[in-house]
Amino acid sequence: MTFELPNLMPMLPEMALLAMTCFILIFDLFIQDENRSVTFVLAQIAVFVTAGCIVGTSGPSVSLFGDMFTRDAMADVLKLMICLSVEIMFIYSSTYLKLRGLFKGEYFVLTLFAMMGMMILVSAGHFLTLYLGLELMALSFYAMIALDRDNARATEAAMKYFVLGALASGLLLYGMSMLYGVTGSLDIARVALAIDSGQVAIGAPLVFGLVFVVAGLAFKIGAVPFHMWIPDVYEGAPTPIALFIGTAPKFAAFAFFMRLLIGGLHGLVGDWQQMLVVMSVLSIVVGNVTAIAQTNFKRMLAYSTISHMGFVLLGILSGNVAGYSSAMYYMAVYVIMSLGAFGMVLLLSRAGFESDMLDDFKGLNQRSPWYAFMLLLVMFAMAGVPPTVGFYAKFAVLQAALQAGYVWLTVLAVLFSVVGAFYYLRIVKLMYFDEPQQLAPIAPRMDVRLIMSLNGLAMLVLGLMPQSLMSLCTYSIMHSF
Amino acid sequence: MFDGLPLLSLAIWVPIVAGILVLLTGRDSSPCLSRWLALAGSLAGFLVTVPLFTGFNATQSGMQFEEFSTWIPAFNINYHLGVDGISMLLILLTSFTTVLVVIAGWQVIQKKVAQYMASFLILSGLMIGVFASMDAILFYVFWEAQLIPMFLIIGVWGGPNRVYATIKFFLYTLLGSLLMLISFIYMYHLSGSFDIKDLQNLPLTMTVQVFIFISFFLSFAVKLPMWPVHTWLPDAHVEAPTGGSVVLAAIMLKMGGYGFIRLAMPIAPDAAHALSGVMIFLSLMAIIYISFVALVQTDMKKLIAYSSIAHMGFVTLGLFIFNIYGFEGAVLQMISHGFVSAALFLCVGVMYDRLHSRLIADYGGIANSMPVFAAFFMLFAMANAGLPGTSAFTGEFTVILGTIQSHFWYAALAATTLITGAAYTLWMYKRVVFGEVVNQAVSTMQDLNAREIIVLGLLAVAVLGMGLYPFPVTHVMQVSAHNLLTRIAQSKLH
Repeated sequence: MTFELPNLMPMLPEMALLAMTCFILIFDLFIQDENRSVTFVLAQIAVFVTAGCIVGTSGPSVSLFGDMFTRDAMADVLKLMICLSVEIMFIYSSTYLKLRGLFKGEYFVLTLFAMMGMMILVSAGHFLTLYLGLELMALSFYAMIALDRDNARATEAAMKYFVLGALASGLLLYGMSMLYGVTGSLDIARVALAIDSGQVAIGAPLVFGLVFVVAGLAFKIGAVPFHMWIPDVYEGAPTPIALFIGTAPKFAAFAFFMRLLIGGLHGLVGDWQQMLVVMSVLSIVVGNVTAIAQTNFKRMLAYSTISHMGFVLLGILSGNVAGYSSAMYYMAVYVIMSLGAFGMVLLLSRAGFESDMLDDFKGLNQRSPWYAFMLLLVMFAMAGVPPTVGFYAKFAVLQAALQAGYVWLTVLAVLFSVVGAFYYLRIVKLMYFDEPQQLAPIAPRMDVRLIMSLNGLAMLVLGLMPQSLMSLCTYSIMHSF
Repeated sequence: MFDGLPLLSLAIWVPIVAGILVLLTGRDSSPCLSRWLALAGSLAGFLVTVPLFTGFNATQSGMQFEEFSTWIPAFNINYHLGVDGISMLLILLTSFTTVLVVIAGWQVIQKKVAQYMASFLILSGLMIGVFASMDAILFYVFWEAQLIPMFLIIGVWGGPNRVYATIKFFLYTLLGSLLMLISFIYMYHLSGSFDIKDLQNLPLTMTVQVFIFISFFLSFAVKLPMWPVHTWLPDAHVEAPTGGSVVLAAIMLKMGGYGFIRLAMPIAPDAAHALSGVMIFLSLMAIIYISFVALVQTDMKKLIAYSSIAHMGFVTLGLFIFNIYGFEGAVLQMISHGFVSAALFLCVGVMYDRLHSRLIADYGGIANSMPVFAAFFMLFAMANAGLPGTSAFTGEFTVILGTIQSHFWYAALAATTLITGAAYTLWMYKRVVFGEVVNQAVSTMQDLNAREIIVLGLLAVAVLGMGLYPFPVTHVMQVSAHNLLTRIAQSKLH
């Protein structure tokens, strides 16, 4: 009997990341606090090497380990986007963490582990890998939120997230077990086959399984009514962690939706579509209306995230390729906007000053016209005003939903985006029309300055030339499903 | 001579690039550089639009100076520009007004000069983009994008209640235009194209046309503004700086009228005919009721703002009468109102700069201290009242002429404006310019300086020129207007 080692090359990025993360974990033990920048550099190298491996080993779609691990165009693109957002997060957050004594090895190692969880999740072809990736990511987050252990709010947020997250995982597992019971497989492709071929009756157990799975998914993406953790976590967690949770995992959550609902349960599209319609509407309505009442910028962003996720769901529920790629495009655009908004909070924060209240943005145009302009671009992009990229994201999603025949849904969505425009305008108002309360000079590091400028200008550049990112998303969806 | 040049692209991008340059070079310590650069940019922007007029072939009915390149192939969205006789005139009006606005803000604006000038230049390019777009999404992008600079102009340099006004302005406009966007996408799924020409040729059922017309109506009526969605305008005008008011009144309001001409009526002609009764009712309501509202205003800017709404009523009245006089009159009225309202807001600005009040009651007897100004103000007040020989007369008279052909009583009602318009304008003029000097500060007011004379003089030439000899204007748009009218007369129900 011969034992053949499978071709492991498609897994190289994950394996490289794991090796480097373990190395950093050990290596960091021997590093003094004043030399912590070495770890910082190593972590960034790890991200870059991972990205390099993804590009280097990309190819046609393959499955490994009996379909447990899938490598396709969507996985590659999403993983690269995850790498990019983790790198940007590293750059934005270093000063903030140093000033608060959180610039520790744990932070980097946990980030890299979370990133690995996301990558596994993105590539999952099996319920177990899906769950493995999800938990690796979530466990790292629980710890990261509580990184500032003496901060009561952060601890509370971590606790809340942990309890609710565990509940959601439970729902998900329960749903998966039901699907397993009905279809007899944990393999996503086989589940799809069983449902599509009509081997299994579409009855109560299957639909119940679907409901539980969708509930678990909705929790991860933060759609109403499973959104309660988002505002608390965004507000309570240290800003870099909030930035992290608000960006890269969204890609993972998108992949989660795609793998489960489109890859596995596409035969039940009529059933999950209805659920997504309800969640999408509720998210857009609740997110936009509640955001108006917020005085904390991070909390406002949390509610704005919820409404943006409503738009992403709008794309997914269209149930066609145009819809999925528009949802992916929306997610990518959302992450870029979110990076910019949180990045600005980090940029304006100082020792002992969080800069996370709305009033902290007053008169920013007088203190620094350039950064005010960058945040202006981000805010108008979030409001979906052309020529910023946010408009094209909304446009793509709306056109997919209209194509699927949801006219009333699109009308509702745009009505509430007018409501949403109000609170983004309020930020612009604070920056441009009001007198500054803070007068401290804004002097970020060179790399932060550069990335923040690129981040802001990306709103405009991607808005004037939306085609590239759009076709990248379409390409990756077309070649994966 | 200008054959090879992409003139429309230049008209759009020259002011925008100039605005970005002003923004980049601008320092609060040296506002002079920003001012001169902005002036150069606006003049260059005006100069590149002149060949559009001189090179325009008035006998040709189609689009001219067309430019086409693909932009977003995934959705068949193209960078497609083109003008006919109507949009060409509006483009000229825009670039001309921008020069005036830059000069008018020369001394008045002392705070963040570079940002002020840049906002206006970028705004100008975006507005020209609206008039030149032949692709619905391109149109939409320009249409929405100009909200951003205008939002900042009102909010940063505006009066005490500016925040309320500017947010109201933004949200009102956004709501209307998002519904328009849905209409565009809906039609895209039927026709596979966003090209305005294709949308104009797309057959639609009556129900769909009505919905599409309503969505356009919400967008354009807010912009125009028509009664009863006009309430943002007085707020925005009162709080905006002089330049902002000028651009708002002279150009932005015209976008609403232009939208009806280019999109709403040709795309949904049957709905336009079916709903013309409502449109005419709303127009007459604006002409009659808003005139009375204007009569009782105590704030000069508010008075002119309300008078703008009344004058815009003539535009929609002329359009929805569906004959050539009405149509041409409506376009003439749009151009003429661009000059007259700009001039009146500038006049109020001149007084406000000296006394820092817009209230009629604070003035009186200005003729004693500012005779030259009083003369200019007189001319523009008369024009606003529709005196023959001024541009406003040409527009209003042609609309009334067209209305009489189809319905006598509509015309009779519309003609009341000649009385009410004269009443509110001249009464205001009398209280401000003549009479005893009640406020001591008035007697010390300086008369116009050279810069103000240039600005008001240019406008006076335009107002009188168009009033006495409107032929060049009517000539270039005649064929386009005929063409559009024929198109609107054809039913799309197949």
